[in-house]
Amino acid sequence: MMIVDRRPNPQGKSLPNRQRFLARVKAQVRRAVADSIDRRRVSDVGADEEVKVRVAGTGEPAFRPAGGADGDYVLPGTGTLDRGDRIPKPQGGGARGRDASDSGGGEDAFEFTLTREEFLDVFFEELELPRLARTELGEAMLSKPRRAGFAIAGQPTALDVRRTMRNSLARRVALRRPDREDLAAAEQEVEHAVAAGDESRLAIARRTLDQVVRRMARIPFIDPIDVRYARHERIKLPASDAVMFCLMDVSGSMTEHMKGLAKRFFMLLHLFLERKYERVHVVFIRHTERAQEVDEDTFFRSRETGGTIVSSALAEMLRVQAERFPPSAFNIYVAQASDGDNLHADAGVVIELMGRILPLVRYFAYVETGQGEEERFGIARGLETSLWSTYRAIADSRAPQLAMRRLSELRDVWGVFAELFSKEPAGTGA
Amino acid sequence: MTLLFDGAEWDFAKLDATYRACAEIACGELGLTPYPSQVEVITSEQMLDAYSSVGLPLMYRHWSFGKRFARDELLYRAGMQNLAYEIVINSNPCIAYLMEENSMAMQALVIAHACFGHNHFFRNNHLFMQWTDADGILDYLAFARRFVAECEERHGLAAVERILDAAHALQGQGVHRYLRRKWRLADEEDRARERQKYAEETYNPLWSTVPGNDRPAASPLAANEALAALNLPEENLLYLCEKHAPRLRGWERELVRIVRVVAQYFYPQQQTKLANEGCATAVHYAIMTRLHDRGQIGDGAFLEFLASHTAVTRQPTLADPGFQGWNPYALGFAIMRDIERICTAPDAEDERWFPAFAGNGDPWGTLREAWAEYRDESLVRQFLGPKVMRAFRMVNLNDKAGDPALVVTEIHDDSGYRRIRSLLADQYDPSRAGPLIEATGIDLAGDRSLKLTYVSRHRQRLHDTSARLTLAHLQVLWGYNVTLQETDAESGRVLGEMRAEG
Repeated sequence: MMIVDRRPNPQGKSLPNRQRFLARVKAQVRRAVADSIDRRRVSDVGADEEVKVRVAGTGEPAFRPAGGADGDYVLPGTGTLDRGDRIPKPQGGGARGRDASDSGGGEDAFEFTLTREEFLDVFFEELELPRLARTELGEAMLSKPRRAGFAIAGQPTALDVRRTMRNSLARRVALRRPDREDLAAAEQEVEHAVAAGDESRLAIARRTLDQVVRRMARIPFIDPIDVRYARHERIKLPASDAVMFCLMDVSGSMTEHMKGLAKRFFMLLHLFLERKYERVHVVFIRHTERAQEVDEDTFFRSRETGGTIVSSALAEMLRVQAERFPPSAFNIYVAQASDGDNLHADAGVVIELMGRILPLVRYFAYVETGQGEEERFGIARGLETSLWSTYRAIADSRAPQLAMRRLSELRDVWGVFAELFSKEPAGTGA
Repeated sequence: MTLLFDGAEWDFAKLDATYRACAEIACGELGLTPYPSQVEVITSEQMLDAYSSVGLPLMYRHWSFGKRFARDELLYRAGMQNLAYEIVINSNPCIAYLMEENSMAMQALVIAHACFGHNHFFRNNHLFMQWTDADGILDYLAFARRFVAECEERHGLAAVERILDAAHALQGQGVHRYLRRKWRLADEEDRARERQKYAEETYNPLWSTVPGNDRPAASPLAANEALAALNLPEENLLYLCEKHAPRLRGWERELVRIVRVVAQYFYPQQQTKLANEGCATAVHYAIMTRLHDRGQIGDGAFLEFLASHTAVTRQPTLADPGFQGWNPYALGFAIMRDIERICTAPDAEDERWFPAFAGNGDPWGTLREAWAEYRDESLVRQFLGPKVMRAFRMVNLNDKAGDPALVVTEIHDDSGYRRIRSLLADQYDPSRAGPLIEATGIDLAGDRSLKLTYVSRHRQRLHDTSARLTLAHLQVLWGYNVTLQETDAESGRVLGEMRAEG
C-alpha cells in the first residue's frame, strides 16, 4: 500500500475547464456583470463581493425517455398499504423510484459565482489603454538585466558553480585523474606489501602510489579553463509601473455630491490601471488657491475655504512628478475633478503648464462635476465654466492625451468612464 | 490488542497501521482479493475537482466539467450538499481518495469501504473484468488528455469542442453491450500514433490532381455489399460514426473514440451500483466490527462509525418527504446481511427459498461468489429473500398513463414475494436504463442520410426536444442528414419521426 499526500498539489486543476465554461456562457456573464454594475454602487466594484451569474442553455442533451409511460415500481412501503390502494400521483412527474432528476437532462439553469478576477476581466473587456496604438512607441522603457548564457570571464559573484563543476568533472574523467578511492587503494596496497614483507610487491606498490600522487598533482581538481560565469544582458522592457495623479478642487464650491462623483471616478481609474500595470502609485493633490499633496483620507474628507487657482495644482503635480516619477520609468496618468471654477487671470498659466504636462503623460482625464439637481430639474448650465473653456482650447489644438467630460449623476460615472477609455478614442469635446 | 488510534486526529502512521489491520481481516478472514491500494489524501477543493471530471483523477479538458464544478461548488458552499467521504477509482493499483477533513474513525471506515470493499468488487466482478482494463485506464486517460490538448492547439478550441460536445451527447449510445473482444487500453495510444503517422507518411498531394470524378454510377449490387459491410443495425452510434462517418477527419475520429472508451469504462458501474455498494458496505461493516471485537478501535470510534454507517444505510419510505427512490447502500447492505444470515442461521423459510446455500456455513464464500458473478438485476433475482422484502415493506405501484393515481398491485406477502422480486429485478435491468436506439439504415447511393430507429417499450416515448438536439449533435458527427423513427415494440407500428433541430 502507498499513501500519497496530494494536498500540496497545485490548486485549480479545473481552471482550464472553468475558462472554457465561461467562454461558453459569455453573453450571460456579460449581462450579469452589467446588471451588477447598475445595481450596486460604483465604490463596490471590484470589492470582494460575489457576482452571481444565472446560466441557462448549457444543457447537454441526450436521448432520454419522456416519462408518462406505463410502468411498475417496486418501492419501500409504509407497511399500511394493501392491494388496490390508490396513491395520487405526485405533481409534475410520473416516474418515481428512478433517481429523481436525471442529470445531463435539458433544464440546467443554475447560478454560479464569478471570482473578482473574472468579474474585472469582463468589466474592463471593452476598455483599452487610452491611445494605445499611438503610445506604443512612446511606452516608458526600462532596461533590466537578464540571464544570457555563460561567459569565461566575469565577476567572482557571478561564478556559476554547477557549470564550473560540470566542466571540471568532464575534464578529470577525460584525463583520468585518480580520485580519492584510487589514492586510498594505492596507499593500502603499500601497507599490505609492508605487512606481507614482500619486497618486490612493495616496490611496485610504492611506484604506483608515487604515480597516483604525481598525477593528482599534475591534473588540478579545478582548472581555470573549467570556470564559467553567468552572463547577463541588459534588455529593454516596457515599464510596468504607473503613477496616477488625482487632482481635485476642494474649495467651498465643491459639494459632497461632487466629491462623491470624483471619488468614484478616481476609483474606477485606479482599478483600471491596476489591471494594466504591476504597480500603480497614487498621488493625491488637492487645491484651493494653493495646492498640496495629501493622503487619501484628507483628500476626500477635509474641506478648505478659499478661492480657486487650478494652476497651483498643476504646478504641484509637475513638482512631485519631477521629484519622484521620471517619465522614462513610469506611465503617468492624471485625473482631475473640478466644478470648473477658476480665476480668470489663471487661464494663461494653466495653458502654459498644460503645455509642459501633456507631453509627459499617457492620459489626462478631466471630469467636470455638476450638481445633480440642476440636470434633474432640466436647468441647463448657461455658460461654459472658465476651466472648461480653457481646456477646450487646449484640446482643440490637437492634444490627444486630454479627454474631458461632464458628470453630474452617480449613475453616469461608469458611462463617462467607459466613454473616456473606450477602445475607439472618442472626440475630445463634450 | 492495542488500539490503532485514539481521538479524532489522524496522521500517516495511523492510516498505515489501520490499513494493515483492515488488510489482515479483509484478506485473511474474509478472503477478499483486492488490487494493491494507493491511498491519496486530498482537500475538499480537490474533491470537487475530482467530482467534476466524473471521478477520474485526470481527464481531458471540456467546458462541461467546468460547469459541473461550478454547480457542485455552489451547492457545497451553500451547505446543500455534502462531499462524499471518498472516491475510489477502478484502476490497478486501486486509487482511493480520502478527505483531509475526515476524523480518524471516518478514515478507517473509508479505507475499509473503498480499499477493500469496492476494490475487491472491481477486481473480481465479471462485468468489470470484461469491460474495463484497470491496468491501462490511467495511462489511457493521460493519453486522452494529451491528445485533446494537442488537437486544441492544432485545430482550435472550437473545432475540438464541436466534436466533443456531439460525442458527449451520444455517450449513452457509445457502448458495445455485447463485447467483441477485450480492450487493452495500453495499445490504444500506440495505435492512434501509428494511424496518424501512416496518414502523414502516405499523404501525397498528387492524388488530389488525378482526374476521376467521373466514376461510373455505383451499381445497386455494390451498394448492397457496402451496406452489408456496415453491419447494421448498429446500436453503438459512436462506434458507427468513428468507423464509418463519411466526413470526419482522422483526429476527429480519435476524439470520438476517446469519448467512447470512457463511456465503455463506466458501463459496468451503471449496472452494478447496488451490488458494488452492497459489497463495500458489508465489507466495511464486517471489518469495523472485527476491529472493535479485537480491541483495535475504541468504543468512541466505533460509535462514530455506527452513526455514520446508519446514516448512510437509511432508507426513507415512499411516504417520506425526502424519498428519492432506492438507496443502493441500504438495499445492498440488507441483501448482503441476509445472505450472511441464511448461510449461518437459516430458518424453514430460507431453506425453502434458498436451498442452494442455506446453512452452508460459508457466508463469505457465498458473498464472494455473489459479488463476482452477478450484476444488480441478477443479484436481486437470485438473492432477494422474503425477509428483506418484509423489512423494507416492499410494495409494487403500477403507473398507468391515464390514471391520476398509482395503484398498489403487489405487497410483501406470500402471494406477492415472487412477483415483487421479479419486478424489482426488472427495474435494475440495464435495458431499462437507457432507450434502445439503433442505426438501421444508411442511404449510401443517395444523400448518405442516416436513419435511426427507437424501439418503444411500454409506450415509453423519447423526450422530444432533447432528442432533437441530440440528433443535431449526431448530424455533426455523421455529416449528413439524420432522422429518427419511433416504433412500437409490440405492434411494430411507427409512432413518429423526428429530425435534428438547433
